[in-house]
Amino acid sequence: MHIPDGYLGPATCGILYAVMLPIWTIASKIVKRTLRAKQVPILAIGAAFSFVIMMFNVPIPGGSTGHAVGGVLVAILLGPWAACIAITVALVVQALLFGDGGITAIGANCFNMAFVLPFVGYYVYKAISYNAPADSNRRVVAAGIAGYIALNAAAFLAGVEFGLQPLLYHTASGQALYCPYGLNIAVPAMLGEHLLIFGWVEAIVTALVVKYLQKQSPELIEEREVD
Amino acid sequence: MKLITKLWIGMGILILISPLGLFLPERFKAGDAWGEWGTDGIKELVGYIPQGLDKLSSLWSAPIPDYAFQGWEEKGLSSLSLAYIVSAIVGILVTVAVVLLIGKLLSRKE
Repeated sequence: MHIPDGYLGPATCGILYAVMLPIWTIASKIVKRTLRAKQVPILAIGAAFSFVIMMFNVPIPGGSTGHAVGGVLVAILLGPWAACIAITVALVVQALLFGDGGITAIGANCFNMAFVLPFVGYYVYKAISYNAPADSNRRVVAAGIAGYIALNAAAFLAGVEFGLQPLLYHTASGQALYCPYGLNIAVPAMLGEHLLIFGWVEAIVTALVVKYLQKQSPELIEEREVD
Repeated sequence: MKLITKLWIGMGILILISPLGLFLPERFKAGDAWGEWGTDGIKELVGYIPQGLDKLSSLWSAPIPDYAFQGWEEKGLSSLSLAYIVSAIVGILVTVAVVLLIGKLLSRKE
């Protein structure tokens, strides 16, 4: 889901940077108000977790690869705004040091994976786990469903961003200038593979870690007022 | 053992097995992720390289492109796995350092 340089045209890249700018600003303000110093190491390990989980490319034999993002877990533990910052850092390091995701597409990739994903994941988890005790299985199930839905929401948007390009940019002869596949191909491709395979990876990873933390450190799972 | 120590041990294990993310796609001939083809790949798929894509795709030369060392491309899976693990370590160290710095600037003292 790391959109490379060259797949999105300048306007798309610019708009998504422009959308992310206020989101990053609000995230810093909210995190500044709510994050306690003792939570910082958890935020750091959350960002590291997201970084490494994205390196686990899962194959669709003979077809394609994809991966989980691990960001729904961070959102469940520290809230969506803190997760936004943690995932953004992981994505920027991936783009700058490893060329994974384009630098022109950092706005787009952060919009999909560091904004939409943690927010959708957080609120789905909240809705399903509402009022459940810290050790209840409902929280594990909620974490799994949140992971699945959130990764697919992010993949859907990546598909839309890809798919808009041939409409926006093409030569007089009809050749695409950037991503050559329209919405009718990009959206089913991105959404299909994430619904089928990669969404389940995010679901399982998120649910398993929540289950583990319920035993190890229930205070991390307890209901808190984050923002 | 403190929770954070246990979590970092878990992270170490994830780093060590991270080459699975390299092997498995290779083993199952999975190819590139959708929308992440190189210019050669896209030419194969649609018959031409979109002009804008061609221009922008080489905009940035990452120091460790695709989690592999430059010049090691032909060295086989075991060398690539080593590079993958080193990349994971480097990436995580930088990520953690940046988050700790941001956290120091933003978090409330108690």
